[in-house]
Amino acid sequence: MSRKTGVIIEIRDGVVKDANYGVVACAGKGGTELHAFVIRTGDGKTESEQLRRELEKHGIQKVIEISLDAGKIDSLNMLDWSDALVQALTAYEISTLFGLTDPVGRELLPRVAAALDAPLVMDCIDVSSDHDLARTFLYSGKTIATIKVTGDIRLFGIRPNVIEPSPEEYKVVATEPSPANRAAVVESFVAKKSQHDNISLVETRAGDGSGNDLLAADLIISGGRAMRNGENFKLLRDCAEAVAALGAAATAVGASRVAVDLGWVPYRMQVGQTGEKVSPKVYIACGISGSVQHFAGMKMSGVVIAVNENINAAIMSNCDYFVVADLFEIVPALTEELKRK
Amino acid sequence: MKIFVCVKHVPDSAATIVVRNGDQIEEKITFLLNPYDEYAVTEAVRFKKLLGQAEVIAVSLGRADSEKTVRSAMAMGADRGILLLSDRREDSIFTARALQAAIEQDGEPGIIFTGKESIDMGGMQTMFRLGAGFNFPVLNNVVKFTPDISDGCVQDGVSGDKHNNLKVRVETLTEGGGRDVYALSLPCVLGAGRGLNTPSYPTFPDVVKARKRELKVVPVDDQIRESRSDKQGRGGTKIVALELFAEIRSPKQIKGSAKEVAKEIVRVLKDEAKVI
Repeated sequence: MSRKTGVIIEIRDGVVKDANYGVVACAGKGGTELHAFVIRTGDGKTESEQLRRELEKHGIQKVIEISLDAGKIDSLNMLDWSDALVQALTAYEISTLFGLTDPVGRELLPRVAAALDAPLVMDCIDVSSDHDLARTFLYSGKTIATIKVTGDIRLFGIRPNVIEPSPEEYKVVATEPSPANRAAVVESFVAKKSQHDNISLVETRAGDGSGNDLLAADLIISGGRAMRNGENFKLLRDCAEAVAALGAAATAVGASRVAVDLGWVPYRMQVGQTGEKVSPKVYIACGISGSVQHFAGMKMSGVVIAVNENINAAIMSNCDYFVVADLFEIVPALTEELKRK
Repeated sequence: MKIFVCVKHVPDSAATIVVRNGDQIEEKITFLLNPYDEYAVTEAVRFKKLLGQAEVIAVSLGRADSEKTVRSAMAMGADRGILLLSDRREDSIFTARALQAAIEQDGEPGIIFTGKESIDMGGMQTMFRLGAGFNFPVLNNVVKFTPDISDGCVQDGVSGDKHNNLKVRVETLTEGGGRDVYALSLPCVLGAGRGLNTPSYPTFPDVVKARKRELKVVPVDDQIRESRSDKQGRGGTKIVALELFAEIRSPKQIKGSAKEVAKEIVRVLKDEAKVI
């Protein structure tokens, strides 16, 4: 009897978050029966058949669209979603649930784990095919731990973009779907809306940083103390936009703690121990010395490029490429070179 | 009202970590109050001042040297401290149960503050488990806390227990710097996020005063351990191996004029990283 595994698929404003596919790849390693629990936030529609095909390509066998019996689910209310998810997991007899360690996952996964009194490991960089061992960073990112998980129900939050998705070649599905064709089935699950007398969501305010998603970015360019002020971050934004314009990568601008503490940029741009932990393919650090706390936030990056006038800055010996120069010369030159492409 | 704050004694993020026995860290390094817990303690003390009549109790689960952290919380304004002694590295499930038992033993909580996560384990879940255990609403990554005092909930008298149904407005930080605004009634559990307040560091007189206040040290109840027997199938987590994360990068210098450097970076982005 195979374990049934659930994966939270986040659809934001009608678009499936790319990082979900890495989670699916991780969850499906052991060949368990994969159930996608679709959590839709924001506005925008996704065509159901298109979603089904896309998820099927990645190994999902069942796509479960969750809704609430009391009319329309408030798409932004994480309390409603977590209650609904607990009911769905129980109904489908799910033994392991996977999700992303991102703002949605940080709300849903621990709420579900607490309700079920089940173990949860967050921010995993890998999980074994038997779902009994997880690897994650501990002690301010300085160690990797192997954590043994026991229990009938287990939950894992995966760090975004550290596991490669593994879609299969899309096969033409015969008119009679059979297990051999691995056709995914779409089902609806209507959850009972729970009564929460003592808490209610009153208002949701979107951040102005939604166009700068550090967790989804393939390339991040960050600034530190040498940026001198907030206005100068425009140089980094221009560079990030020039990369994005070439069409192959999502980009974002980050900052070290110093830049945030000095009030130059908002906290949501901070990369580090007490900021966001990112794993882009490329991390360009401009005028950042590379404190232990900053590393804790970006050490999982693919290629690290450091631009700093000080050859002795810690980051210069912990990167892949370093440039001993003034960022105010290098960054505009880079932007110009990118625009030429 | 009893305002509880759960605090944790954690290694300084700047400390050098050495792995011992393949699954432990060398503990002769600096340990201190978890940075996010500073916001929790500061908010608890601020709330107490607002109410006029309340006490702030810092609670912690840890080894004996965690006392230092409980005293730090007291120097920041907590009236009393409770340290639950355990020599083991406990998971969130156990921790939440132990904290709940200690809080219940002390008295009815009006509110429980925690930090949004600990920098050593990063479990991000203890507050949710506390909330589930108590059946209180929970919010994490709280960046604003506004109690509605106008409801006249501060009562005269010694007990000041008329805090139930005190309404509070809480804002949590969401994606892209957004906010979710909630209306809750106490009691509840709140995980403090960065920016909730500005912690002010204790002065030497604060530290001296804290030394004189009560800090109860009790061994954690082993019954809590037994009640989590695997026979119930509930399970838990355990660290079975630990290794230092080795930085394996071999830095190569890119030299030349700004234009030459830019060209080389573009090459790296295209050929190596494949982002363009």
